[in-house]
Amino acid sequence: MGREKIQINEEFWDIMPDDYKDLVNHSTYGKTDRGWKDVGSSTELIAEHSLCAGCPESIAFRHIMASMPSPEDTVMVGSTGCTSLVFPMVAVHNIHSLFGNQNAVATGLKRALNVRFPNKNKDVIVLAGDGATVDIGLDMTLQSWFRGERFTTICFDNELYANTGGQESGLMQKGFVAKMAPVGKKFEKVRLPEIARESGCAYVAVLTTSKPSLVERVVRQAVLIAREIGPTYLQIYTPCILEIGKQSMEGLQEMRDAEAAGERFKFREFITPEAQAFIDDMAAKKKAEKLASAAN
Amino acid sequence: MNPYSVLRGPEGFLPPAAALAGNILPETGQGHIEGQIVSEEEAIEEAARKFVSAKVPTIFPGPLVLWGWNEKAIRTAEAVERLSVAGGINIIPMPDYRPKYPKIDPEAEINPNHPNLTIWHNKIDVCMFVGVHCHYANLSLKIIRGGTACFTMAFCAHAGHEDANLTVRDILPEKIDRVTEIVKKLKLNSKKF
Repeated sequence: MGREKIQINEEFWDIMPDDYKDLVNHSTYGKTDRGWKDVGSSTELIAEHSLCAGCPESIAFRHIMASMPSPEDTVMVGSTGCTSLVFPMVAVHNIHSLFGNQNAVATGLKRALNVRFPNKNKDVIVLAGDGATVDIGLDMTLQSWFRGERFTTICFDNELYANTGGQESGLMQKGFVAKMAPVGKKFEKVRLPEIARESGCAYVAVLTTSKPSLVERVVRQAVLIAREIGPTYLQIYTPCILEIGKQSMEGLQEMRDAEAAGERFKFREFITPEAQAFIDDMAAKKKAEKLASAAN
Repeated sequence: MNPYSVLRGPEGFLPPAAALAGNILPETGQGHIEGQIVSEEEAIEEAARKFVSAKVPTIFPGPLVLWGWNEKAIRTAEAVERLSVAGGINIIPMPDYRPKYPKIDPEAEINPNHPNLTIWHNKIDVCMFVGVHCHYANLSLKIIRGGTACFTMAFCAHAGHEDANLTVRDILPEKIDRVTEIVKKLKLNSKKF
């Protein structure tokens, strides 16, 4: 799309509702150093979502939207779940795929964008829940990694099927009892980050959304590596406060508890040497630019 | 000739899709008025007549015209403004298609998921859709026909819309200017028509 196309036609400027004018005037399209610190001072690319009050998924969504390197040239692919309630409210191109097909849709999309815009960076980001990524869509998820498709897959891991009332998912922890999984889960949480690493992902990270600066670094890194090197995968803990019996204000603490030492969402990342070299090179260039501008 | 006419509503809670009732889309160079295929010029003239005779004529520009995303969109926006000025026609934008919570401001915008609110609130009796993506235009047109007495005109960049009361296809800024021209003539001297 490009920044230059996000402009209201002059003739209609006076009749457009204010939120659209704000989006054009005060959003972070085209800003290279955009990040989570813009939240609150700029118009966010997500508005009026219908998720529950205090939902960690909505917080993760906002941090991800704020961290994407170039939202104006990004297409997001979503799947069935709570995320699909948010996508209509997102000011970035997005596609809703059939449940589980998100990585197959993203593959076709990314290839088509490469053909259509050979000289432009067009990012594709898949954002789906654990049911779509690990259970119903596991085939599509893995095959896209095997093929080395260059896009980022983000899994919002709430460890169950929250949207439909709390059924067991592959990423649910062993022994967990949910509303519609009353006997408790019988097997271990699927180790998708490790599977991703072995399947050819150039960058894999497991985290919660409790630390926005970490989310920003990881998302940015994942998108840029996917652009240049190969597939990347992020698994972000976004607990469903309703399904685990918590209050609205307890989501953040739940995430903090889950990322404590020895816990299942303790931050960990894997990066291939090639991807690391790319990140180092980028950091060195940025530093040189800073020094040069300081000298001037 | 198909007996089903796509007339002004209110047709009821769930009006049939005109396509299901056997209505077909116009071919290039054609339009339709209430489901009957006519020449494009005839449809354009009728659109102008409807605008001139309406109490609250309104244009609903969609995202394809509101946003300056290509040269054609910019020129179409200019043509829409000329039509609005010439005919004293209101413009209410349909900036996007998301369902808005808790509800839209019906004076400021129209939403395809409940277009009837804007039409009821502003007492719009004739409207024109331009630059609205096909699937949402179809949705809106059916809801409007179902619940309001508004006469709908779809000026479409592609194949037109069966569910509108009147449609012109393959829309270009020049075709909107043709409506403007006729509106101006009608306002000057109605005897010529």
